Amino acid sequence: MTQINRLAGGQIDRHTTLNFTFDGKKYQGHAGDTLASALLANNVRLMGRSFKYHRPRGPLTAGSEEPNALVELRSGARQEPNTRATTAELFDGLQARSQNRFPSLKFDAMAINDRFSNFLTAGFYYKTFMWPAAFWEKIYEPIIRKAAGLGSLSMQEDPDQYDKGFRHCDVLIIGAGPSGLMAALTAARAGKEVILADEDFTFGGRLNSETHAINDNVATDWVASSIAELASLPNVRLMPRTTIIGAFDHGIYGAVERISDHLPIPPADKPRQILWRIYASRAILCAGATERPIAFENNDRPGIMLAGALRTYANRYGTTAAKRVAIFTNNDDGHRTASDLATKGVHIAAVVDTRPDAPSGHNYEVLKGAQIVNTMGRLGLTFAEVLQADGSTRMLECGALGVSGGWNPNVHLTCHQRGRPTWNGDLAAFVPGGTLPPGMTVAGAAMGDFSTHAALTSGTQAAATALGVKAVNVPLAEDAPIRQTPFWYVEGASRAWLDQQNDVTVKDVKLSHQEGFRSVEHLKRYTTLGMATDQGKTSNMGGLAIMAELAGKSIPEVGTTIFRPPYTATAIGVMGGRMRGKDFHPTRLTPSHDWAKERGAVFVEVGNWLRAQWFPIAGETHWRESVDREVTATRASVGVCDCTTLGKIDVQGVDAATFLNKIYCNGFAKLAVGKVRYGLMLREDGIAMDDGTAGRMADDHFIVTTTTANAARVYQHMEFVRQCLMPDADVQVISTTEAWAQYAVAGPNSRKLLQKIVDPEFDITNEGFPFMACGNITVCGGLRARLFRISFSGELAFEIAVPSRYGDALMRRLMSEGEEFDVTPYGTEALGVMRIEKGHAAGNELNGTTTALNLGMGRMVSKVKDSIGSKLSERAGLNEPDALMQVGIKPLDAEQKVTAGGHLMNEDGPVDAAHDQGYVTSAAFSPTMGSMIGLGFLKDGSNRTGEKMRLVSPVTDLTIEVEIVSAHFVDPEGERVRA
Amino acid sequence: MRYSGFKVIKEALTGHKGWKPAWRDPEPRPHYDIIIIGGGGHGLATAHYLAKVYGQKNIAVIEKGWIGGGNVGRNTTIIRSNYMLDGNEPFYEFSLKLWEGLEQDLNYNAMISQRGIMNLIHSDAQRDAFIRRGNAMMLNGADAELLDAAQIRKEYPFLNFDDARFPIKGGLAQRRGGTVRHDAVAWGFARSADSHGVDIIQNCEVTGFRIENGKCLGIETSKGFIGANKVASAVAGSSGRLMAKANMRLPIESHVLQAFVSEGLKPVLPGVITFGAGHFYVSQSDKGGLVFGGDIDGYNSYAQRGNLPVVEDVCEGGMAIMPIIGRARLLRMWGGIMDMSMDGSPIIDETHIEGLYFNGGWCYGGFKATPASGYAYAHLLAKGTPHETATAYRFNRFETGHMIDEKGMGNQPNLH
Repeated sequence: MTQINRLAGGQIDRHTTLNFTFDGKKYQGHAGDTLASALLANNVRLMGRSFKYHRPRGPLTAGSEEPNALVELRSGARQEPNTRATTAELFDGLQARSQNRFPSLKFDAMAINDRFSNFLTAGFYYKTFMWPAAFWEKIYEPIIRKAAGLGSLSMQEDPDQYDKGFRHCDVLIIGAGPSGLMAALTAARAGKEVILADEDFTFGGRLNSETHAINDNVATDWVASSIAELASLPNVRLMPRTTIIGAFDHGIYGAVERISDHLPIPPADKPRQILWRIYASRAILCAGATERPIAFENNDRPGIMLAGALRTYANRYGTTAAKRVAIFTNNDDGHRTASDLATKGVHIAAVVDTRPDAPSGHNYEVLKGAQIVNTMGRLGLTFAEVLQADGSTRMLECGALGVSGGWNPNVHLTCHQRGRPTWNGDLAAFVPGGTLPPGMTVAGAAMGDFSTHAALTSGTQAAATALGVKAVNVPLAEDAPIRQTPFWYVEGASRAWLDQQNDVTVKDVKLSHQEGFRSVEHLKRYTTLGMATDQGKTSNMGGLAIMAELAGKSIPEVGTTIFRPPYTATAIGVMGGRMRGKDFHPTRLTPSHDWAKERGAVFVEVGNWLRAQWFPIAGETHWRESVDREVTATRASVGVCDCTTLGKIDVQGVDAATFLNKIYCNGFAKLAVGKVRYGLMLREDGIAMDDGTAGRMADDHFIVTTTTANAARVYQHMEFVRQCLMPDADVQVISTTEAWAQYAVAGPNSRKLLQKIVDPEFDITNEGFPFMACGNITVCGGLRARLFRISFSGELAFEIAVPSRYGDALMRRLMSEGEEFDVTPYGTEALGVMRIEKGHAAGNELNGTTTALNLGMGRMVSKVKDSIGSKLSERAGLNEPDALMQVGIKPLDAEQKVTAGGHLMNEDGPVDAAHDQGYVTSAAFSPTMGSMIGLGFLKDGSNRTGEKMRLVSPVTDLTIEVEIVSAHFVDPEGERVRA
Repeated sequence: MRYSGFKVIKEALTGHKGWKPAWRDPEPRPHYDIIIIGGGGHGLATAHYLAKVYGQKNIAVIEKGWIGGGNVGRNTTIIRSNYMLDGNEPFYEFSLKLWEGLEQDLNYNAMISQRGIMNLIHSDAQRDAFIRRGNAMMLNGADAELLDAAQIRKEYPFLNFDDARFPIKGGLAQRRGGTVRHDAVAWGFARSADSHGVDIIQNCEVTGFRIENGKCLGIETSKGFIGANKVASAVAGSSGRLMAKANMRLPIESHVLQAFVSEGLKPVLPGVITFGAGHFYVSQSDKGGLVFGGDIDGYNSYAQRGNLPVVEDVCEGGMAIMPIIGRARLLRMWGGIMDMSMDGSPIIDETHIEGLYFNGGWCYGGFKATPASGYAYAHLLAKGTPHETATAYRFNRFETGHMIDEKGMGNQPNLH
């Protein structure tokens, strides 16, 4: 029996013994223990080190507000830093290690900082480390960074799954203590859809920690019967191990359910945690209260904890922190701890009560009007020094000291939408303010209703009022009056801790005030008070009370800092859910994907699409060989490219032509049925937005194509125009990108190839189906299809579309029918090369800052109609005489590399920003030209053809000489496309 | 009072009795030469440079709450000058140079840490654009470095190289970029301005402007009327509401941007990383917290808080690019108001009302600009002409078509 601090009773299952290790040492605990309760049972009080001074620390609390007992839990890739031992459920095989210490928890070399604490006061680092200037980054900061931080990440990918989901309810009840259970019973019996969530693994809240009776029975019996009733109702969902992390707009609450944190590893197919977005018509906050400490000299030793926590460990976990316990309190609650512990056989050294009129105890000594002025014990409390009312001092031998400064309602969630709490003078505490998140009601201790009776009553009343249902009968329970008078700190201490994790003392607050950092926000930021992993749940109140005193203001005048989500720190993994790795974004596959994969294509991410980049064949060792071959073969005979990813938008309605006339800067009203036209659309600010084609299939039916990148944005834009700018127009738009598989068939033999599959009744000769024709056809014996005679490559070319489910078959058919022409599939690289050779703008040119004028299409912007962006495109700044114009770029030495992103400089003169003449947008090796070529924008570029310039790219360490040429490297007359 | 290591030691040995308030807490005088509205980074920097560089006296900074309580106190602390466009890059590079000497200039350790910033590249088009940007930076005298995936992996081996939806194909680094202890910037500028005689008046809300015959004569405040020859607004997210009191409507929308910090961790990340295929960027503070952020919430709002969809979006990006952070915990999330302009770039200019000046539209890039913004605004206020690095930041650029649109998103503020 090593659990020497075990007491009788509690909710642990003594029949189930669990083995665990802390810092490599083996211990045993029981099911129902937390790591902290099990360690305390084994007489381990030292569990961590503080952030700055590396002071030895044990648990201050028994809950999620814990600042001290932070450990690294688990090992390997599941290592989890900064885990609160006070909430970590014990499981068999649990491994935990202390953190932020070197070499060991008991001997920490960094504790030297504590010796120098007088030099390391609040904000000292703002005043020093400035000389010599270079030393900050080279010497001082690296030392500080290494010393800072708490636990360590494993540096391995988190192996666990996380999930997300939505839930809806009439009422979300946050906290399942006495008020939460009553609220839940009230709502549930009235037939409301109820979600009852509690961060703990056991329902009952504070009732688990107390010895009070309800209806003359043990309170936990009432909890059990209430939970049993709720569990039996179909309209109730019980969510233990679920923290409501935030109250967001529109009654949406963020909730994190810990599915597997109490298990060694998550069961197969189960996530570690789930993020729920709970949509609640109403919420009742029953989050209870947090006990507040008192600051005094050396009040941070292991063994010193909140009195209510000592009670929790004794009553719920059947353990004490030590055999001899003292209490330091300013209110009656501290006496409860003494009474409960004494009843369980723990020796009470004394109750030190600051109040001269403190009650007496029947089984313990009370020192009235006394204060604790110091404590001893390097790695754990041994003695507490008491200044008694008569001025004498007395040493109390004790291994644990329970401190109670009263209780603060947990108002956090009431403030998540920037509401401020209000001061309740009777309780000397902040209570929920008048402005709550819409739909929220507060009950129980969170509202300041501290007695069990008051909590039960306010729970049912809050639910009844909020939901308009009947209150339920309130069971009998204690209703002790609450006396809370403020007592924040013991005078005269040289170091009395407020924020134990961040090592902020009363003196730091005083220094902050002295130096003018007097608003609570300045106090927080200057001293780091409340910025630790507990966000000041036990420390903020003391700090601002002291600031108020120093500033001669009332506490409500000083106010609080802002409460922000999450209520307790939340794994980043659960906020990411399943959207990681390959599932970060959906992957869109083109209809020919399987076929391309069989061909050994190399794929590339294009937005969410995966597209074939090139198709290597046997013997090719470098991607350029494949791409050059694809380009050459296409220009020589015929190539096929899957261009399904281009956005397709069906535009229908009587006003479809009028609509497109508004969308595109060039005219569409008079486009004949059966014809396609290139279209350029401008943004409202006159800058080019996207380009593509629109084919008129019927008077009232157009098919618009967009670039792959802008498919969604153009669709969104069209919907905006349709709904907001032309609400009366008879026009409908729908995206059909996925509905049609579309392939470019390009090259001099493209017609011959298509003629083999297009059904014979359709004439696709040059006369019957000239350049820029379009139409509905059938292929392969009756399969409906669409044919467009458009060309991105500059060759005689078509784009053929069939319903997506036929896409794979069509590609295979094109390949087999094309064998006689040596048909060549080509990927996005060859596509890019050919469009650069032809001088077609693409995403690199349509970069959101270029105008129609820049793109060499200034004259396309119709002056005879009003289209979006046409007016603003006339602004002087967009039409300056030396405006950038799209040009072609050719290296003087064919061996040299043209770099996209390079800048253009005059042949002579300085190379700097002031002499910048333009930049290269796209570059590729052109097998047709036998050198690299580029497209770019050059000031006054249309008048500078033939000029020699320098292309500089300092970031890739390149300078070459180039010649400015026409952007149309291939077939500038456009004869091929019309062939 | 001069701060130094010696001073810290001396005070430690003598009970810290000698520390004085970092700035005075004066009552407003009836009249100032120049009143700056807004005790944030930009306003306090303006005061500092006006007093120290431009020799102006009789200056006040008016702050409705406590200084440093706006975006300078709630940003993600990154400094950089990796801009591309002519109107921007010289200004941001000027700012970075001012950062580099700021601690000595202010005698305040703002922990400026040039840990480097790395913009990750995930596609060929992105690489082309980053090369153009890197070149623009270098042509403007800034530093830039293009890295391939192997080099990135060497520096940041824990990024997702094996299982990425959008593989890392390289990165554009600016080694002189980095992070700063943000609150200290406000405090350092305030302390310096105060020591040069600037009155910093906190808890004084501007309720109106006194404008007669097209001339601004001063401001109405919660502490009464205060006269001024020049009144200069520097209130970032509150710009729309403040300038409405002068009957001005701005080419600015106010949006919510959230930011996040994790619990303290032992050193993980040496520099700043930005994910190029999602909305996520991250650095690690000297205290050990991972400081990260992403996109704005996307709707117009004056609420300094955001909502879950963007929280999730940011964490998804984080898990996608850096899956080692799954078990680190998000400690705190907060929101600030961004003064999003129509082209994503700021305005430092006079208004049509004589004596009334405006500085705003910083979108979510204002922190890094703090010193240069203050310097350029001070120049404008003292000399009446724009500073040479800020000539493009004029109100009329939307009318003349001289937009400065780094991201190329157009006149939709929520897309910048």
